[in-house]
Amino acid sequence: MKLITALIQPEVLPKVQEELFAAQIGKFSITAGVGHGTQKGYEAQFRGIQTQVDVLKRVRVDVAVNEDFVERTVSAILRGAQTGKAGDGKILITDLHDCVRIRTGDRGSQAIG
Amino acid sequence: MIGRFLSSAFRSSDRAAARRPRLRLGPALALGLFAALFAAEPASAQEGGPAAHAVGLDTLFVLLSAFLVFLMQCGFGMLEAGFIRAKNTSNILTKNFLDYCLASLGFFIFGYALMFSEGNAFFGTSGFLLIGAESAADVPLWAFWLFQAAFCGAAATIVAGGMAERMKFTAYLAYSFIISAFVYPIVGHWTWGGGWLAQLDFFDFAGSTVVHLTGGATALVGAWILGPRLGRFTPDGKVNAIPGHSVPLASLGVFILWFGWFGFNAGSNLAVGDGEVISLIAVNTNLAAASGAVTTTLISWIVFGKPDLFFTMNGALAGLVSVTAPCAVVSPSASIWIGAAGGFVVVLAVKFLDAIRVDDPCGAFPVHGACGIWGTLAVGLWGREPLGLAREGLFYGGGFEQLGIQALGTFSTGLFVAISMGLVFLTIKSLFGLRVSRQEEIRGLDENEHGMESYTGFQILSS
Repeated sequence: MKLITALIQPEVLPKVQEELFAAQIGKFSITAGVGHGTQKGYEAQFRGIQTQVDVLKRVRVDVAVNEDFVERTVSAILRGAQTGKAGDGKILITDLHDCVRIRTGDRGSQAIG
Repeated sequence: MIGRFLSSAFRSSDRAAARRPRLRLGPALALGLFAALFAAEPASAQEGGPAAHAVGLDTLFVLLSAFLVFLMQCGFGMLEAGFIRAKNTSNILTKNFLDYCLASLGFFIFGYALMFSEGNAFFGTSGFLLIGAESAADVPLWAFWLFQAAFCGAAATIVAGGMAERMKFTAYLAYSFIISAFVYPIVGHWTWGGGWLAQLDFFDFAGSTVVHLTGGATALVGAWILGPRLGRFTPDGKVNAIPGHSVPLASLGVFILWFGWFGFNAGSNLAVGDGEVISLIAVNTNLAAASGAVTTTLISWIVFGKPDLFFTMNGALAGLVSVTAPCAVVSPSASIWIGAAGGFVVVLAVKFLDAIRVDDPCGAFPVHGACGIWGTLAVGLWGREPLGLAREGLFYGGGFEQLGIQALGTFSTGLFVAISMGLVFLTIKSLFGLRVSRQEEIRGLDENEHGMESYTGFQILSS
């Protein structure tokens, strides 16, 4: 089992969701957040005073999958989020120790799908 | 100490009452403080006698109405902010602030002269910068000007909602000065400044056509030239909803607009009189808003399955816009019908815009344009001669004559505004562009046009 965490631009979220659904991946979590990357920050101003905003808005999409779904998930996220510009984000893939479906108490691979 | 104050106040009230027979304060001890205030009035007012007080009362009424109409600017701001996405909130509010400021200045320099001075049937020709200008009502010029300037600001700010979330800030500033300095005053002159429509007995009491259709028609051509927001209409023919980000802000805006509308309509009487007319207007205004809101709620409930608050809000405004032209010459029961029909008009117009692929985020055309036309026509249906209309409306045996005049007035005004503002938008487009870049639109106009966020410190899950 793997946990796939995609850190993406907010504006591609609808497209990524669409691609995930198209790839029959219907279970994921979305969290709003901020982060710093190659894009760096931007200059903002408040009543004429320049300030540097170092962190930009990001969206985090978490998908827990069984091994046979990893590539399918990653390619769906790529199709949705890849624009070729700096700031497109990252996909992090980590080993998932265990998984419990709260409703039934099922564990492991069975609980993910 | 208090006793001495009261007794001296009382004495001065007796003195004042002796000079002003119609303002007898009587023996009411509780009014002592007011009496003291009256006694401190400048001598000139006291010399004016009852007539001066009547003018003073009318002036107070017009000024308070002007302040209420000014508050509608806040109503529009909150409404539009609530109807759009969080990332464009600072942008729309900056536009709302500045269009009122530019309208004030433009209406001072050019607008009032074009609208209210004598000239020809199409525009006035004297009194620029208010030099040598005269009041077109029985109240002082300053009060009349402020009231009319607030109206001008309303016409200008309606358009912000129709062109929201994608229009360049500079383009908006240029547009809002032009409409308030030139276009609105010219059509205003036709109807309220003794122009050709006024000579034809065209009747638009508080501006269904002059103010609302002007704003609404401009929003329609503007939204059409500007093109829809990204993602609103997909190539496969789908119409996507782009939900507004704040229901509480939008509701607050509609309540403020409803409140301000009492000044907008009743204030247009420009005099208190015996109170009969302004009371009727206030009741008509309220009933039309209520029936418009109920109608759209029921329509959305029955047709779309759930009572949709955004439609309810549009419906209240539809009723208000619809009753603006006829509010002084129709009965309260007629106002209920006018508002209810306005509710149907606004829903149909929203669906019509979706069908022709014009993106109007806040419903500026459906509410102000379509219902502006409907309200103006309603004068020719329910209008009453005994209430001051030139002839009876269709439903009271007056035939089609007034209805025909109303149709001519509203369509010629709408057409003139649409064509002239269309040319203005095309000129702005060729000079410095009308629309922000695709990337700026995606990131939000707050960040790119103003370098600021509307909700710093909040996490907002959207682009």
